[in-house]
Amino acid sequence: METSIDWELVREIISCVFILAGACFMLIASIGLLRFPDFYIRMSAITKGSTLGLGLILMGMAIYFNQPGVLLKVLAIITFTYVTAPVAAHVIGRTAVQNGIAFWGKTNLEEFKGYLMKHRLERHTNQDRYTEEVPPAMMEKDGGAGDAAGKV
Amino acid sequence: MRLLLIHAIMAAFLTYFAFQHAITGGMPYTAISATLLFAAVMFILWLSTYFYRRTYFHKLPKLLYFILFFIKELLVANLKIAYDIITPHFRIQPTVMAYPLTAKTDLEISLLANLLGLTPGTLSIDVSEDRSTLFVHTLYLKHGDVQHLKQHIKNGYERRILELTA
Repeated sequence: METSIDWELVREIISCVFILAGACFMLIASIGLLRFPDFYIRMSAITKGSTLGLGLILMGMAIYFNQPGVLLKVLAIITFTYVTAPVAAHVIGRTAVQNGIAFWGKTNLEEFKGYLMKHRLERHTNQDRYTEEVPPAMMEKDGGAGDAAGKV
Repeated sequence: MRLLLIHAIMAAFLTYFAFQHAITGGMPYTAISATLLFAAVMFILWLSTYFYRRTYFHKLPKLLYFILFFIKELLVANLKIAYDIITPHFRIQPTVMAYPLTAKTDLEISLLANLLGLTPGTLSIDVSEDRSTLFVHTLYLKHGDVQHLKQHIKNGYERRILELTA
């Protein structure tokens, strides 16, 4: 044994890689939030990016500290985040549909038409261009339709 | 499920006890050694279930395999989306599809919807009132073929979930 491996250094490097990868995934997801054309695509990009990013950063922390207590807490946080993050995404996406947020123009909605007809949301779909500014008159109408759909 | 929790708590306490009373014989109290010891205790407990709970004995390997599969899918999802974000053109073809559910109970449906929230390009939107269809917003379709993706979800996720909860 001429050279002994410095395990602390190895651990530090591994945790650095994990934390950097997590931060990169989060950064890319945030760029996606700006770049993607419609609400639903943004939603699916940001949930994946942020959950994986958080998981990697926490794992990096657990590897750095190398204590069973920290590892246990980190695993608990990761489990609960991974269970709850998609629930939040699902609820926000569903609310958006119910409130008639428009889909991107290129979205293929063939199998979704029945659902939209049933909830009287068909006129909000497939606008040619995704616009965030809705004229106030239309917004009132949308709100009314959304309420009606909610009651049904 | 309950047995898994009981076993995990037992194994955690045993590991803690072993380290407290230095039964491990000079093994350093670090995350790696604790994980190894915990895994060893869990393995012995799992072997013992062969005699009194055969279903658990068969399910635990499936659960581990499912977790690995899930991590792989999560990584693939992120890499795909990251590639789309940092290259100038989108390769996405967003589609809302009506996915016919085989899963019946609340637990299975919510597990499947949760899983779809974290796997490549999919986001579950709503379940129809008679619980027969799940509306899924997807980004990536191979050759614009919805049936292909449906088959993938059916064989990849739903079958595993049904095997685990059955």
